[in-house]
Amino acid sequence: MWLTRPLRERSTQLFLGILLAALALVTLLNLTLPAAHPLHVSTYTVTLLGKYLSYALLAVAVDLVWGYLGILSLGHGAFFALGGYAMGMYLMRQIGDRGTYGDPVLPDFMVFLNWDSLPWYWLGFDMPWFAFLMVLLAPGLLALVFGFLAFRSRVTGVYLSIITQAMTFALMLAFFRNEMGFGGNNGLTDFKELLGFDLRSDATRLGLFIATGIALALGYVVCRAIVASKLGRVSVACRDAEARTRFLGYRVERFQLFVFVVSAMLAGVAGALYVPQVGIINPSEFSPIFSIEVVLWVALGGRATLYGAVIGALLVNYAKTVFTGVMPDAWLFALGGLFVLVTVFLPKGIAGLLDLRIKRRSATSDSTPATGEATA
Amino acid sequence: MNILKSLADRDRVFDFLVPVASPVDVRHGPILYLEDVSVSFDGFKAINDLNLTIDDGELRCIIGPNGAGKTTMMDIITGKTRPDTGQVWFGSRHDLLTLNEPQIASLGIGRKFQKPTVFEALSVFENLELAMAADKRILPTLTARLTGEIRDRIEEVLATIGLTELRYGPAGILSHGQKQWLEIGMLLMQRPRLLLVDEPVAGMTEQEMERTAELLTGLAGKGKQSVVIVEHDMGFVRSIARTVTVLHQGSVLAEGSMDKVSSDPRVVEVYLGADPDVEAA
Repeated sequence: MWLTRPLRERSTQLFLGILLAALALVTLLNLTLPAAHPLHVSTYTVTLLGKYLSYALLAVAVDLVWGYLGILSLGHGAFFALGGYAMGMYLMRQIGDRGTYGDPVLPDFMVFLNWDSLPWYWLGFDMPWFAFLMVLLAPGLLALVFGFLAFRSRVTGVYLSIITQAMTFALMLAFFRNEMGFGGNNGLTDFKELLGFDLRSDATRLGLFIATGIALALGYVVCRAIVASKLGRVSVACRDAEARTRFLGYRVERFQLFVFVVSAMLAGVAGALYVPQVGIINPSEFSPIFSIEVVLWVALGGRATLYGAVIGALLVNYAKTVFTGVMPDAWLFALGGLFVLVTVFLPKGIAGLLDLRIKRRSATSDSTPATGEATA
Repeated sequence: MNILKSLADRDRVFDFLVPVASPVDVRHGPILYLEDVSVSFDGFKAINDLNLTIDDGELRCIIGPNGAGKTTMMDIITGKTRPDTGQVWFGSRHDLLTLNEPQIASLGIGRKFQKPTVFEALSVFENLELAMAADKRILPTLTARLTGEIRDRIEEVLATIGLTELRYGPAGILSHGQKQWLEIGMLLMQRPRLLLVDEPVAGMTEQEMERTAELLTGLAGKGKQSVVIVEHDMGFVRSIARTVTVLHQGSVLAEGSMDKVSSDPRVVEVYLGADPDVEAA
């Protein structure tokens, strides 16, 4: 089957092995060691790592469209946030009458705004299956409509980047409004439980971390399967010579739309896993700056490699946590400096460095063709 | 009443009943047939009463000075330009003027443009794979597998274009001439019946030119492809052509073997200039 094809690739096996080993190690260090032990991983750190992993999944989604399809989306934060809001709405409904105002149905902010009933688009979010479906459908639908209009009119390159940026900015402004019914400026917060598990308990937090890690693994395999399929090669063809691809008989806009929608759905899943771990979702996730930052992670890690996106997201966010703790004012300079350094010295990102190593080592041994693996 | 009557006619086959993708009918000889084709752009007659017949399996060179209408003729055959008047038939079944570009391409008319465009990030092998005639919708492409049959077909074309050794290297490292061959290979993967090749040897070295001549003459043949080449390089045309058509001001000036054509005084005048020595250049 095309979906399991990447499981036979060495690089994917290596990636999954490292990821799963890291998950197991963190879990073990968190559960078995006493809190005083120097190697103990605190639940705070576990949650932080879980947040990084959800960012990594978002970065993989961005790399899929940017690296392999050549579409620089500066609005993927919008899909991430939509997935997050879908999850947030479910978590809000789970609060029930435990909110400050004790209303059995209405979330606190609606009581505060004197609303007397749920808006129609909040209906159904008390059912987890519906909410989780919306995590995929809401970003997917936005990407479908947006992509259909953009790709059909053959908007590409810088222009597409700009309108994706405009899209996320417009959504941010819309979600800021109280009348939208998504909590306005404050967003959705004060979550209590997810599927009956208390969100403040250590076990739930560890579970969310593991779930995010598994989601990243699955997302990686899906992207890798797409990239290694003939469709992936058509995507690269669209990226490098769009007109020529069209002339070969491929409907370029449909391929772009397909990959774009898949990527948006992955971003939505990342957002949905992010929200319960940070405990809040508000319109700042729609901010254009955030979407640009995601692109920076991918660029730093190495474009068109997928694992590079993961490395970039983890490294930059770790650095961000450290820097904003030590010298909060210097973070943006450090990020800018890092970006300049990488573009000047490592045009292919950190993954380019790894690639070089591997190539040098395998240069002596017999080189197996890349397409050979896809045969079986 | 008339409509009913015409529907009841048994001796008539309606056009819409003939599937577009039906195989080309060459029982009567010609694979491509242009009759009295004219097209003008803003009053300028680019093609003027052009008549041209290409036989099945033929290798034909078309020469002519700049502005003779060579590229416009290619555009008309591939459906990019619609003529004002005239008829264009592919075999004796397909009226090309009723079809659009992708339909014409899927009938088996492949065109190679002057400037080679290959997918540089993909390997030579993958370039051929993408070019292959296959179901090109999303899901079939996503689940497509590289079967032994497809592999054999690609290997066969690789051998034809002489790039077997380089098949797993990226197409970006190929030389200009090798890229041209890869492009021809990509056309062959679509199993065309008629190949339209625009200036295949522009910018090639002497050896590459020889290799291209071998490749193109090897392609043409009964039951294989018919090849139409537009070329400026007279030495190249002389080395491969069996029949040469000279275009001038949108219509055929002379047709026949290279020797016959190049001794025609009208051809010498319009194409080779007053000085016959230029011919050798």
